[in-house]
Amino acid sequence: MKLLRFTIMGILFGIILSKAEIISWYRIQEMFRFQSFHMYGVIGSAVIFGVITIQIIKRMKLKDAQGEMITVSTQEPSYARNLLGGTIFGLGWAITGACPGPLFILAGHEGWVFIIPILSAILGTFAYGVLSDKLPH
Amino acid sequence: MEKIIEFIQQPWPWWVAGPLITYVMFSLLYFGKGFGVSTNFKTACAMLGADRVSDFFKIDWKDQKWNLMFVLGTIIGGFISAQWLTPDPSVAIAASTVADLQAIGVANPGSSYVPAEIFGTDNLFSLRSLVFLVGGGFLVGFGTRYANGCTSGHAISGLSNLQYWSLIAVVGFFIGGLLMTHVFLPYLMNL
Repeated sequence: MKLLRFTIMGILFGIILSKAEIISWYRIQEMFRFQSFHMYGVIGSAVIFGVITIQIIKRMKLKDAQGEMITVSTQEPSYARNLLGGTIFGLGWAITGACPGPLFILAGHEGWVFIIPILSAILGTFAYGVLSDKLPH
Repeated sequence: MEKIIEFIQQPWPWWVAGPLITYVMFSLLYFGKGFGVSTNFKTACAMLGADRVSDFFKIDWKDQKWNLMFVLGTIIGGFISAQWLTPDPSVAIAASTVADLQAIGVANPGSSYVPAEIFGTDNLFSLRSLVFLVGGGFLVGFGTRYANGCTSGHAISGLSNLQYWSLIAVVGFFIGGLLMTHVFLPYLMNL
């Protein structure tokens, strides 16, 4: 039942991205054509508030609900991984018009068609796992 | 109450969405979790038995149950929005975007959230839909795992944490996105 709180956060996240049209294929096209500030405003303001939030967490040494230090880290120090991997993801982002979060939100918003790119993304992740030894890292 | 619902039903501006996304990230951090949606694809692989094929998937997927529950919530959130919070599904994109997309064969840009030419169920078994849905999804799954994160992990969490390598990943996202939009998309729309 404790996990239900994450479902509630997910519902909130789904509503935010739906209502601000971040899940719209058209908004992603507009972004990659630099024809509107909308998406840059969303990501930019999220990051500005995020920087402030994380600086407060670090400077005040805030603890999480279990009393552990809050840490944020996902980075791998590699140009190959971040640039090549990032570019491959970017190619996919521009045609599906959706990054992973919106793919799931769209399945709820637009219907079952979006199960296809979700399954395909799982297959893509599987392909990466199988080929990862042979890729530059 | 009706007034409140009507207020919520309007499209939300960026300055409402951005800070709320930060709030979601903070809530996850507070409960000891890192914001990262693409990890769920790896979890799905592990659950389906991919660990027998590659050590990359030898993870205890039960540690990621919270993230699956989060993703379940996002699907519900999308459903709630479409059913009750979006009486007008048109998207007010820039006039220049409308013109550009019409030029490459999108009939009514912005009349709904996604173009019927690509995601409509009528022409689902066309080569175009195959490329956009299957090909696009594959690139998203492959690329996010290679880069070790997507928009939530790198662009939001990573940049918020001032991580240099997340910035490099975001540069990659844009190299790929710009290439696709300006070089390949006109050809793919003709499929």
